[in-house]
Amino acid sequence: MGNAGLFKIWVFLSGSPLLWLTLTILVYLAALWLYARSGGHSLVNPILLSVAALVGVLQLTGTPYPVYFDGAKFVHFLIGPATVALAVPLFSQLERLRRMWLPIGVALVAGSTVAVVSAVVIAWGFGASRESMLSLAPKSATLPIAMSVAEQIGGVPALAAMAVAVTGISGAIMARSLLNLLRVDDPAVRGFAVGIAAHAAGTARALQVGSVNGAFAALALALNGVATALLMPLLIRALRPLL
Amino acid sequence: MVHAFALLLVLQLIGEVVVQGLGLPVPGPLVGMLLLFAGLLMRGRLPDGLRDAANALLRHLMLLFIPAVTGVMMYFDRIAREWLPFMAACILGAALTIAVTALMLRWMLRVTRTPGDHG
Repeated sequence: MGNAGLFKIWVFLSGSPLLWLTLTILVYLAALWLYARSGGHSLVNPILLSVAALVGVLQLTGTPYPVYFDGAKFVHFLIGPATVALAVPLFSQLERLRRMWLPIGVALVAGSTVAVVSAVVIAWGFGASRESMLSLAPKSATLPIAMSVAEQIGGVPALAAMAVAVTGISGAIMARSLLNLLRVDDPAVRGFAVGIAAHAAGTARALQVGSVNGAFAALALALNGVATALLMPLLIRALRPLL
Repeated sequence: MVHAFALLLVLQLIGEVVVQGLGLPVPGPLVGMLLLFAGLLMRGRLPDGLRDAANALLRHLMLLFIPAVTGVMMYFDRIAREWLPFMAACILGAALTIAVTALMLRWMLRVTRTPGDHG
């Protein structure tokens, strides 16, 4: 087979959803393998690794993002049902929720509000554009919720996704020393704070630390998704002068 | 498992219809999640099929995000321009959020004298 034959195969494959769907899954599996080999190091984040590799391939082959997404959308679609499925871990935490509803509720509203307000105010202070501020606002919510909330308030879902990834990774890295500095040693409080601020990446980290940590992080992750979506319209109205 | 997956899709669909129909400012899948949570509360226990389907989806949640985050390649020029506010908001914001949430929960647990959880 000559170069012309190879080129024909490439033309066929690069335009078909199969290639980009398969590549997305293979790249993810490779990133997971690297993550496991690094002993779960927070800087070897599977999402960032996969995205870096995919962006590299797309740039090198001159493939536009919409062509890639035409294949990858089959994976992307599952975000919806996965969001609905978050009710399951939340239900598993029902006992804790019943016993500690008042402290958890107050900490949830405080944490969720600070997450949104601090993101918008800091971005504003550094001179971000309106669209960037709106994309940053839901960054502490878990990704599917952050993306759809960003879209609803006029932000860019892809930028929101990036903000969610950066927040999750930096939160997971700094949580330990920050909480030690504040002399917070109750594993329930530590896990909950990390889950509110740093969603899935923080929860994964908390699960490595211990079961109480992990359970409270998972509870916080699910609750903060709900709280961010419900509080956002109010908070955006309050922050209007900055936007 | 297929039944559970159908249930998730049906609830998402109802959620989207409710949000569109009533013009609610929240994502459709979130309404689906609240409906599922309410259903589980009424039923009082978690069916095995649903638990398996949810675990299968949530275990590889990171995979599902990759196509969307890859979309960041369309916004390279904006990130080159606005990387400082972007990183500052993410990193300082996360630090503030962790601190406020932890201190508030610790204080509330003390004030209400809720017994801690060490199980």
